[in-house]
Amino acid sequence: MLTYLNTVAFGIYPYIALAVLLVGSVIRYDREPYSWRSGSSQLLRRKQLVWGSILFHVGILLIFFGHLVGLLTPIWVFDFLGVSHGAKQILAIVAGGGAGIVCFIGATMLIQRRLFDARIRTTSSFWDIAILLMLYAQLLLGMATIFVSLQHLDGEEMVHFMSWAQGIFSFDLNAAHYVLNAHFLFKAHIFLGLTIMLVFPFTRLVHMFSAPVRYLWRTGYQIVRTKKGHSPAE
Amino acid sequence: MSHLLDRLTFFTRHPEKFSNGHGVTTTESRAWEESYRKRWQHDKIVRSTHGANCTGSCSWKIYVKGGIVTWETQQTDYPRTRPDLPNHEPRGCSRGASYSWYLYSGNRLKYPLVRSRLVKLWREARAVQTPVAAWKSIVENPEKRASYTRKRGHGGMVRSTWAEVNEIIAAANAYTAKTYGPDRVIGFSPIPAMSMVSYAAGSRYLSLMGGVCMSFYDWYCDLPPASPQTWGEQTDVPESADWFNSGFLLIWGSNVPQTRTPDAHFYTEARYKGTKSAVICPDYSEASKFGDIWLHPKQGTDAALAMAFGHVIMREFHLDRQVPYFEDYVRKYSDMPMLVQLEEKNGHYVPGRFVRASDFSDALGEDNNPDWKTVGWDSDTGTIVVPKGSIGFRWGEDGRWNLEEKSADGSPTNLKLTLITDEDHDDVVSVGMPYFGGQHHDYFEGTDHPEVLTRNVPIKSLKLKDGDKLVATVFDLLCANYGLDRGLGGEDIATSFDDFAPYTPAWAEKITGVPRDQIITVAREFALNAEKTQGKSMVILGAGLNHWYHMDMNYRGIINMLVMCGCVGQSGGGWAHYVGQEKLRPQTGWLPVAFALDWARPPRQMNSTSFFYAHTDQWRYETLSVDEILSPTAPDGDWSGSLIDYNVRAERMGWLPSAPQLQENPLEIAGKAEAAGLEVKDYVARELKAGTMSMSCEDPDDPRNWPRNMFVWRSNLLGSSGKGHEYFLKHLLGTQHGVLGKDLGEDGGQKPDEVNWHEEAPEGKLDLLVTIDFRMSTTCVYSDIVLPTATWYEKNDLNTSDMHPFIHPLTAAVDPAWESRSDWDIFKGLAKSLSEVSPEVLGVEKDTVLVPILHDTPGEIAQPFDVQDWKTGSIDAVPGKTMPNVAVVERDYPNLYNRFKAIGPLMEKVGNGGKGINWNTVPEIENLRALNGEITEEGPTKGMPRLDTAIDACEAILMMAPETNGEVAVKSWEALSKKTGREHAHLALPKEDEKIRFRDVVAQPRKIISSPTWSGIESEKVCYNAGYTNVHELIPWRTLTGRQQLYQDHSWMLAFGEGFVTYRPPIDTKTINPDIEARSGEGDQVILNFITPHQKWGIHSTYTDNLMMLTMSRGGPIVWVSETDAAKVGITDNDWVEAYNANGALVARAVVSQRIREGTLFMYHAQEKIVNVPGSPTTGNRGGIHNSVTRAVLKPTHMIGGYAQQSYGFNYHGTVGSNRDEFVILRKLTHVDWLDRPAAAE
Repeated sequence: MLTYLNTVAFGIYPYIALAVLLVGSVIRYDREPYSWRSGSSQLLRRKQLVWGSILFHVGILLIFFGHLVGLLTPIWVFDFLGVSHGAKQILAIVAGGGAGIVCFIGATMLIQRRLFDARIRTTSSFWDIAILLMLYAQLLLGMATIFVSLQHLDGEEMVHFMSWAQGIFSFDLNAAHYVLNAHFLFKAHIFLGLTIMLVFPFTRLVHMFSAPVRYLWRTGYQIVRTKKGHSPAE
Repeated sequence: MSHLLDRLTFFTRHPEKFSNGHGVTTTESRAWEESYRKRWQHDKIVRSTHGANCTGSCSWKIYVKGGIVTWETQQTDYPRTRPDLPNHEPRGCSRGASYSWYLYSGNRLKYPLVRSRLVKLWREARAVQTPVAAWKSIVENPEKRASYTRKRGHGGMVRSTWAEVNEIIAAANAYTAKTYGPDRVIGFSPIPAMSMVSYAAGSRYLSLMGGVCMSFYDWYCDLPPASPQTWGEQTDVPESADWFNSGFLLIWGSNVPQTRTPDAHFYTEARYKGTKSAVICPDYSEASKFGDIWLHPKQGTDAALAMAFGHVIMREFHLDRQVPYFEDYVRKYSDMPMLVQLEEKNGHYVPGRFVRASDFSDALGEDNNPDWKTVGWDSDTGTIVVPKGSIGFRWGEDGRWNLEEKSADGSPTNLKLTLITDEDHDDVVSVGMPYFGGQHHDYFEGTDHPEVLTRNVPIKSLKLKDGDKLVATVFDLLCANYGLDRGLGGEDIATSFDDFAPYTPAWAEKITGVPRDQIITVAREFALNAEKTQGKSMVILGAGLNHWYHMDMNYRGIINMLVMCGCVGQSGGGWAHYVGQEKLRPQTGWLPVAFALDWARPPRQMNSTSFFYAHTDQWRYETLSVDEILSPTAPDGDWSGSLIDYNVRAERMGWLPSAPQLQENPLEIAGKAEAAGLEVKDYVARELKAGTMSMSCEDPDDPRNWPRNMFVWRSNLLGSSGKGHEYFLKHLLGTQHGVLGKDLGEDGGQKPDEVNWHEEAPEGKLDLLVTIDFRMSTTCVYSDIVLPTATWYEKNDLNTSDMHPFIHPLTAAVDPAWESRSDWDIFKGLAKSLSEVSPEVLGVEKDTVLVPILHDTPGEIAQPFDVQDWKTGSIDAVPGKTMPNVAVVERDYPNLYNRFKAIGPLMEKVGNGGKGINWNTVPEIENLRALNGEITEEGPTKGMPRLDTAIDACEAILMMAPETNGEVAVKSWEALSKKTGREHAHLALPKEDEKIRFRDVVAQPRKIISSPTWSGIESEKVCYNAGYTNVHELIPWRTLTGRQQLYQDHSWMLAFGEGFVTYRPPIDTKTINPDIEARSGEGDQVILNFITPHQKWGIHSTYTDNLMMLTMSRGGPIVWVSETDAAKVGITDNDWVEAYNANGALVARAVVSQRIREGTLFMYHAQEKIVNVPGSPTTGNRGGIHNSVTRAVLKPTHMIGGYAQQSYGFNYHGTVGSNRDEFVILRKLTHVDWLDRPAAAE
């Protein structure tokens, strides 16, 4: 039974969550283009937002990319580079823990503002509040796993997670098996993470897709339409 | 195709660089731009307007997109004015621009609603009974009836169907007509000019049934009784464009930029042109900044200021120096040269009535109406002459009713204004004038002059048929009245403006607080401008003055100034009273449609002030006794009784209308008369005199005399105009109320003589209250049935205003949303239901209708001398002469629906007319047959023109009215020519071929055609201005003297001291009584005068639930208080406060402002009880509205009837509902209770 549930939660559920994330986002982008926004409440009240938002975003971006690199980089790359599993784990704990604290301070400020500023609260939708609380819970779970990780610094556990994540993306039907014996906190963290992906298209998180990072490298600051070969109406 | 795929252009993108790579080209999709472009695209624009009684009457473009009204903008296509005069457009304000919000707002009424307790009873009864029997079973069972009437205003409305609610209403109407009489079915709807077909729909339904249409202009206290008194005219005023022609604009108690927003540009433009302006207003209003000078008298003392202005003008322009234009004007156009008898009273003389031709033994050769022809002294021949134009010439003869300076025999006259020279007078006698400025009032400044001021007047002794009589000219009496020393001696008169005698500037300074030099300056410049421009000085005035109990004094004081300076009837001058949108331009075309005059005449109409005073039992709480307002110079006679007694006497004598009329069912009287072998009118007179029949007014609390069914449409009666709101709730509706005071029974006060007193006052007179609206107003909340109507953008209708000369439409931009229907369709549906339901109890019936003696009819000269009540036995009861007229009208209930939608036979048989003239209307009806089509179905209406749709009704109005059909205009002027003996048709001949149709006004607003219904003209030369045809066409004013009448000689006018204008301080309503002051232990409180002006953040005086407007203000009820008063009781801005008195209590937030004068509390009109109103700790109920602390108080002089211009006319003359003399106690609300809890269990 446990194995079965484990397979559903970590073998099947990831595909459901990722599919909803992908298809849902495409549909929303096409059908509700005006809802494709970060939903900033800066106009309503600047107070707390600037600090809260910066700390939160800096922290969460570090964590996000940390997870991305940490989980999806093939294990042989680390081996090739000579980074031991233990060292990688220490790096993850230190960098992730630091970013987590930064993110935690920011998120706390944002939550306080969202829930207890009457003006912000009134204009918040269900998902505005729910996603913030989910991220907060996810952050706390993630930070809590540090204490589990500190029990065994050999990096073996992390290798299991990397195998699982890479297994998911390489359609390894046994991917769930890698995390069968993981600590409950890890499982909860992964499950909530998948759930966040599942609800992603229904929340303001979609602004991640439209973050204007291309500005950093695009050429030309003046963008002009050309008439060549196109009728003006297009 | 897909936004996402469109962005995947990596392989097709061929960016080109330019400017050294700083720029790149792109070929990205531009489809996203569409949505921004579409934001302002629309499918169509439709012309409509807002039926708001704001007088704006602005034409708007209504934008429709995808079948939804999206927004509105101002139309700019009004016809031009003329060179050198600014155009009318653009017209409109933020309130109008916010209207489209209502269509799809949460507050929109979408379905017919009915009180759930009522509909349960109905369904239960209806399952086993016929409709009328079902209704009977409910209302005749006191428990069942109370089960829903006591819950009015407590929610509990449920959705129903049109079929069901129509049947309930029809059954209730049929039951009421059968059981009590159709005059127990009442309808209240105001201001037809704002949507005349919607009004007509309901009034046509009621009139066909025999129901009662209630007046509104007088009830709103927008009717200035001074206008009918002085001019015999309801109200006629210049269009706003005429402000531009003025040389001096006196803005008095009117807040032009705030309440006449679309017209205010003319005021600005006039100022740029160089027009001088003085603004008189107690608070620093928005208008104040326009003035060269701002005078701020104490509120309610305007008459004192006007008296002082008059004093200065008479002194400097009529006595010390005579301005030829002024002298000439007052001689020709005012009653100043007319002779008045003096009566002896308490050792001196008092002015009596005008001398009449019949006072002379030979009646001065006049056979026709000598009682009604006034006389003057001709200085050329030195004889007494009967100048043409008095009311006696109007009736019973043709061709001599005009203002030519000729006597009745056609010889030229030059009337003497004054007998001041030694050779002209026989003697100088002292004449007593009442003085009220010495009356004590806790909150108003008085002086200690005697209550009768004796002033010396030059007189002539005349040999009359009853012996020698002393007479004086009105001019001489007027000079005495103004306290001007003319070298004749006497007391309390002044040679200098600094003398402290009533009515000098020095005296006015004490009463009003306005420095005397400012008074002198304004008066002098006002008159000087009039002298130089021949009358182009204008006074713009409004509710600020007219809502006081003694509004007549404020108004007559101002009218006198205008007459003294020859301003009335001159373009750029005159009396510009703007309060309600009362000018229904195509009136004579509208009347037949509205009151079903094509089927039956006369209709039943009632003056609402007297009606509501009686039937909301406000009279049971009356605190003002007649003694307090009676003049010390009152003629001998019985002046006892209370205010309602005077009203009852007035109804009995045929002065005022009645509703309900008789205690008996009027459908049963004709039969009894027949059985007695008498004509109905003789039978009624006999029975009344014998006391076997009685009038309902004598016992308004008897269940047989209660109004039973009431319709309210186009109105927010209970949230806006219902003075004495809490009394409405208690007695008319019978629900939870906040009346705090005791009635005369509990209080041991003086009870009325003429009215039967019931120890137990009725609570809940109405069986059924039906409100028709497009939004859930305060009135809807209190109703039993609520019908959803079309908004102003969903129906076809017509709209006119005083402020501009155009007629323009409301048109349906979209169909009525959800299940709403236009008013026309609603009442047509009710007519159908009534026709289906009524055969159960009603067939073709004979209805006995009482009609008061009406103005502009030959009957108006009914009671020339003494006032005699037939009830006292001193005189016989003669219908139409000493008591109301009695008419018998056929009602065909089963055919009511057919009659509703056909133009009946009387238009062709009897014709049409108005204001005392008549014309044949056969060609117009023939044209309507062609235009609307004739009815082809077999039946009683076959062959008649159709009146099926609202547009049919519009076409009928436009076809029959002289203002919109040139042919009719010429006919009507010719009809008037017969009366005056002068040619008038030239005013309309150039437009004879013009016929304005509905589609014409849809295309563009159209300027109306000059018509004798109005006293101004439409022309290329002048703007529309009131009194213009009187002055320039020599058409008499419709008064006793035929002139602008500054002296009122009816014995009731004299009894109440208002023969001449005078200053009367506000009355003491005594609502801040000791009982209430006992609450002072509960915290600091301050006593303030309660003022209810029109606001900036609601749609006129009615709609304050519009979210956009609420957002611009404070989002809920507010009162304005001065900084000083706020400091006294520790109120800071935005605090919650409570204001209360014996009438009830209200809660609101305080706006603390230095704009407000100390001692006053402003509460803008009609802030809905349904928006953010907490509970009042004093009453324990939710809030209270502005009218929770007011109560209507009647004034006897407004009841006068059967006396030329002082005869009843619907909305024209009669009692008015004043409310500004009221005081409240204000205190800070320590605890705000929103009463957000479930209702207590039963």
